[in-house]
Amino acid sequence: MAIAGKRRYTGGLVDVAAGQISREIFVSDEIYAEELERVFTRAWLFVGHESQIPKPGDYFVSGMGEESVILCRDREDRVHVFLNSCRHRGMKVCRYDEGNTPVFTCPYHGWSYATDGKLVGVPYFREAYHSKLDRSQFGLVEVAQLEIYKGTVWATWDPSAPSFLEYLGEFRRYLDLALDAWDGREGGTEVLGGVQKWLIPCNWKFPAENFSGDSYHNISHRSVDLVGIGPSGSGRRDMRERLIGRRLQICFPDRGHQTGAYVLPNEEPTPPAYQHSPVVSEYFRRCEEQRRERLGAWGRVTGAPGELFPNTALHPRQPRSIAVWHPRGAHRTEVWRWYLVDADAPPEVKDFLRQYYIRYSGPAGLTEQDDMENWNYAHAASRGTIARRHPYSYEQGLGFEVENYEWEGLRIPGTVMDVTDSKSSEHNLRNFYRRWAQFMDANSWDELATWRRRP
Amino acid sequence: MADQREAMAQLFLERDVENFLYHEAELLDERRYEEWLDLLADDVRYWMPMRRNVKLGELEREFTREGQDVNWFDEGKDTLERRVQQILTGVHWAEEPLSRICHMISNVQLLAVTPSVLEPADVTVKSRFLIYRNRVETETDILVGKREDGLRRVDGHWKISRRKVVLDQSVLLSKNLTFFF
Ligand code: FES
Ligand SMILES: [Fe+2]
Repeated sequence: MAIAGKRRYTGGLVDVAAGQISREIFVSDEIYAEELERVFTRAWLFVGHESQIPKPGDYFVSGMGEESVILCRDREDRVHVFLNSCRHRGMKVCRYDEGNTPVFTCPYHGWSYATDGKLVGVPYFREAYHSKLDRSQFGLVEVAQLEIYKGTVWATWDPSAPSFLEYLGEFRRYLDLALDAWDGREGGTEVLGGVQKWLIPCNWKFPAENFSGDSYHNISHRSVDLVGIGPSGSGRRDMRERLIGRRLQICFPDRGHQTGAYVLPNEEPTPPAYQHSPVVSEYFRRCEEQRRERLGAWGRVTGAPGELFPNTALHPRQPRSIAVWHPRGAHRTEVWRWYLVDADAPPEVKDFLRQYYIRYSGPAGLTEQDDMENWNYAHAASRGTIARRHPYSYEQGLGFEVENYEWEGLRIPGTVMDVTDSKSSEHNLRNFYRRWAQFMDANSWDELATWRRRP
Repeated sequence: MADQREAMAQLFLERDVENFLYHEAELLDERRYEEWLDLLADDVRYWMPMRRNVKLGELEREFTREGQDVNWFDEGKDTLERRVQQILTGVHWAEEPLSRICHMISNVQLLAVTPSVLEPADVTVKSRFLIYRNRVETETDILVGKREDGLRRVDGHWKISRRKVVLDQSVLLSKNLTFFF
């Protein structure tokens, strides 16, 4: 549907056509409360990875929006996501981060829930309730829809939301870049032990837009590039494909997902990376070779940071990870970062990647540290009465997007901006906010599932 | 007599190790990062696990594992040197302008000495830290926890051969870890 006219957000506070976005959407407490409802209860959110709960009774406490949820595997091996709040008086039924349990027993008055969410224990059921409480009505609140995609677990509170695969649309191919094994086999990744969790004083949309494709912020990382932490010793990454391929920004206007990517020339092998040790470089050399064989022309595409709407960031290549920007009020974000490796990679390769990941990303990561400083003070300096009157500029590349982009015989799905020569564009960022504004204005998924209305 | 000699040596060693830790804190707080690096053995391991909330009885899962899991830090001297170089580029925005940092070190306990207190070559020392960081205008972090260090005698000086940092937080309350523990 063409969104015509001015609604509060679309064409109002978020004026994508003009490339201007009001600071209010970042700093207003009132808008924040509205987005918890309109964005976070309706979108699909990343919850965790199946490899975190391999056995029946295993659980991992995660979050959706501001709220705590329990990801667990029941006795019949089915995976569930429940709101972590007792139906009696709201107590958090699980205050551990992970573990294995036959039941979740509420610490307050002792209601207990099986791992399939059913209320199975009520103290003084006969005496105090005269056996009248209908226990079947008081199971843990479960998400409306859940999908396990190549090991990753996604959920939404909205029963009317499209299925996860429909929500993904063609962006699926780019999500696969993060979830398939390095040699192109489907799935095949697992998460390393330990999920990093930390707080940043900024609105969650600062990191979300950064991962959407802020190709302009290289100066942020000048210090790490000078020092060099790339696996081959220089820069911050190790991606020679940058030098020979096309650098693209790709987005899906009807879905709100976007990513960067590189496309290699036809016939050109993927340049060697990770020349750090014979075992590691040989592993990646072999994987790249097999990937090209397995995937054909699509094997020429390699991933770069992306954002799956609204708050899941993908780092498909270096360092391979998934981050969730959990909103914690308008002015604070709690980041959770999971790191991925090929499940069957040799231990030396996993160990090498693990060390590289943590010196790159997270609060101790030499790269991510500088991002967070910028998000922190960009947010802080945007809160003032005068500051709020002046919208941010998102005008890079306005009007230069290309549909049906093709290079050397390979068509790239999505709306594409080739930034090889222009260096940077903000079209992925505009795409993120266009979708965000649609979520804020739309009253139902009927309005949001625009692709269903195409002739 | 021998007992007393050993007790004296123990006292002397404790003071010596304490002084070393205070000196180290001084170098960090005075931003003499390169001199600080000289206190680290070339094969130093610098490890700070993350922590989980787990049930009593499953406490072995409380800490992420060195050399296996994702940790806050799990690195050697090379990466630590790069951290120092990064601060000294003058464009490491997370430490530019520099933070004001104060390390309070206390509860120093010698846990092990080899081969003996009379001829200490390696010691294991545990301490508490309270790190105050203030930067830009009002941004303030207070980080509290324990350290367990391996110190090694090299040419008549102590070098840090191992540092385990146990921060008493689960979700990290600071936006970054651009300083040293
Ligand atoms: S709040 Fe859980 S039993 Fe009362
Ligand atoms: Fe960045």
